[in-house]
Amino acid sequence: MALLKSNKVIHCLGNISPALGALSSRNSSWWGGVQMGPPDPILGVTEAFKRDTNPKKMNLGVGAYRDDQGKPFVLSCVRKAEALIAAKQLDKEYLPIGGLGEFTKACAQLALGPDSEVLKSGRSITVQTISGTGSLRIGGNYLARFHAGPHDVYLPKPSWGNHTPIFRDAGMQLKAYRYYDPSTCGFDFKGALDDITKIPEKSVIVLHACAHNPTGVDPRPEQWKEIADIVKKRNLLVFFDMAYQGFASGDIDRDAWAVRHFIETGHNIVLSQSFAKNMGLYGERVGGFTVVCSDAEEAKRVESQLKILIRPIYSNPPLNGARIASTILSTPELRSIWLEEVHGMANRIIKMREQLVAGLKQQGSSHNWQHVIDQIGMFCFTGLKPEQVERLTKEFSVYMTKDGRISMAGVTSGNVGYLAEAIHAVTK
Amino acid sequence: MSLFSDVPQAPPVAVFKLTADFREDSHPQKVNLGVGAYRTDDCQPWVLPVVKKVERLLVEDDSLNHEYLPILGLPEFRSAGSKVALGDDNPAINENRVGGVQALGGTGALRIGADFLRRWYNGVNNTATPVYVSAPTWENHNGVFTDAGFKDIRPYHYWDAAKRGLDLTGLLDDLEKAPEHSIFILHACAHNPTGTDPTQEEWKTISEIMKRRKLFPFFDSAYQGFASGSLEKDAWAIRFFVSEGFELFVAQSFSKNFGLYNERVGNLTVVSKDTENLTRVLSQMEKIVRTTWSNPPSQGARIVSKTLNTPELFAEWKDNVKTMADRVLLMRDQLKNKLLALGTPGTWDHITQQIGMFSFTGLNRE
Repeated sequence: MALLKSNKVIHCLGNISPALGALSSRNSSWWGGVQMGPPDPILGVTEAFKRDTNPKKMNLGVGAYRDDQGKPFVLSCVRKAEALIAAKQLDKEYLPIGGLGEFTKACAQLALGPDSEVLKSGRSITVQTISGTGSLRIGGNYLARFHAGPHDVYLPKPSWGNHTPIFRDAGMQLKAYRYYDPSTCGFDFKGALDDITKIPEKSVIVLHACAHNPTGVDPRPEQWKEIADIVKKRNLLVFFDMAYQGFASGDIDRDAWAVRHFIETGHNIVLSQSFAKNMGLYGERVGGFTVVCSDAEEAKRVESQLKILIRPIYSNPPLNGARIASTILSTPELRSIWLEEVHGMANRIIKMREQLVAGLKQQGSSHNWQHVIDQIGMFCFTGLKPEQVERLTKEFSVYMTKDGRISMAGVTSGNVGYLAEAIHAVTK
Repeated sequence: MSLFSDVPQAPPVAVFKLTADFREDSHPQKVNLGVGAYRTDDCQPWVLPVVKKVERLLVEDDSLNHEYLPILGLPEFRSAGSKVALGDDNPAINENRVGGVQALGGTGALRIGADFLRRWYNGVNNTATPVYVSAPTWENHNGVFTDAGFKDIRPYHYWDAAKRGLDLTGLLDDLEKAPEHSIFILHACAHNPTGTDPTQEEWKTISEIMKRRKLFPFFDSAYQGFASGSLEKDAWAIRFFVSEGFELFVAQSFSKNFGLYNERVGNLTVVSKDTENLTRVLSQMEKIVRTTWSNPPSQGARIVSKTLNTPELFAEWKDNVKTMADRVLLMRDQLKNKLLALGTPGTWDHITQQIGMFSFTGLNRE
């Protein structure tokens, strides 16, 4: 601190010594004390990948779908919707704070189902958000301000890397419940129930609706039923994160089953939805945040408070993506094309899982790779250790996150053989 | 028993409620002078011709996809955005000490900047650092800085209701008395809501005091080009402060000058002492963005970027902006003349002296 005030002295010294000159520059800046932030563990992988010149390089980091040529895939229902929208010559006036009405309605219906009693009674509110991240953050901020219970958010172990900083920055504390069993590369059902049973009443529990990120391990329906039961007994506030509806099994209703079951058994949940993956609208930032309330009057009060939270962050959300999503969901022809395309994406992933395991067997791997097929959705928790991951990256230019998570979307019939070879090489 | 039964009903955001009330009003001659969105002479929203053109180009470009932008946004947008504010050939840009963070509108740029300052500005906890906003100011300034964690938000004298102009004495006095390292939110041009801007000489005095008292300039630039019709003129204050060696932030909005209100296009321009400091600052901005929206929306940024980076489109855009600015200036002129013609009591010079979208009429509540 004293240095900041005497920067004239330092500056003079700086003329004598270059090292002290650098010190002078740091201390004459407001930002001398700002530390270098570490690169984002997930998005940083893509940045490193881009710098690599190896022609065989593979980016299995970020969860963005690729087609079998390894190219980004723009859904044809999206292109068709865009053409329809362009023809309408609409204006660019501000959306309401809570977003595009047609979108939020369709978004809620997609998650809750067309026959949802919640929607019929008007006892929920859905606001348009900046994709899944924005939805989780608004949710976190809302809970920090209004949740009467403990401000502890219980995440499954492990969870998406960004969950922790989002909830922390929103003002909540983070705790965990057991979820992934490394010895089976599957669901630690007993551990989860044990831990959930001990969670203090009214705490917040985050559940991945389907296609758990990063493990790809989902509870089976009977297991979900038991979880719902225990959660009810413990009187916990359920926060569902649904980023992969349709993308996991290929069937939107099947993927929303857990969410709907919880609601039907009396949980008034909060829910984050993303359309980044299932509609390929990544960069358009399309999402929703829903609060299921006791009645319509309460929903109105909650809505008013959500708007008060949103306004000082970004005022109102971007239109483009929400309009595309809403057009697709409400235009029967486009909706059926979408359902087919999402089914197609899920199927390609399933096929790649099968081909990877076949490839590993072919390489002569003695390990059990069944979990690669049992896991669901975009990600696969390989079970690889950090040292093995490092070798994969350094020796084979295969990029993935340190926890051993690979994005199956980055695997193609063209490179699955190379991947099998590389994984076998570091695990044999 | 709901967990939310104690959640109180929040009051609606005033300016949007006004529009809602306007919609419900059945009077044939109703006029909405509330929300700051440009209207044509037929009271219609206006999509800029250059925007329509660029949107068509984007729709027809099959090479474009909807992939994630980088966390800090579209690179070509960020650099072009900062150039618009500072000028292409600004020495600070040539010295590589200017960076941009693409944000969701001007609001988003303010919020990211505010979140950063609360964490890193003067030590690592700035919740007690005073933040000064003009009296009056855009109502959301208070909300943004409060929710970013600042506990001490204070007004600085600005609008003199008696003389219907700038309270320069009060303003300078507040600058002199502000604790060192306080943050000041300055409207780059077309002050919202008063339409009253400091003159260049007045800006120089403000700058001198701020430098001496080590106050941080955080410019809110929502109307560049829209105020006078000239990008350069409307950015004069920002550029002057940069030339005076300040480190500063500029929250830029492209909502009004591009008419892209609902695509949420903004840019937080950061001017630092040097590249090294800038790099660390941007790395921390990334952390903040990542837990707020992960990465920004691409549509609006692509439109603005293509326009700013293509000479013919850039020229067309400047023309469109001048059209809007000129119409507003004409309306000011016509309103004042009609009031004079009607023999309305009082003086109405302030209507033409003020600048930008808003006019502080001086009308009382009734």
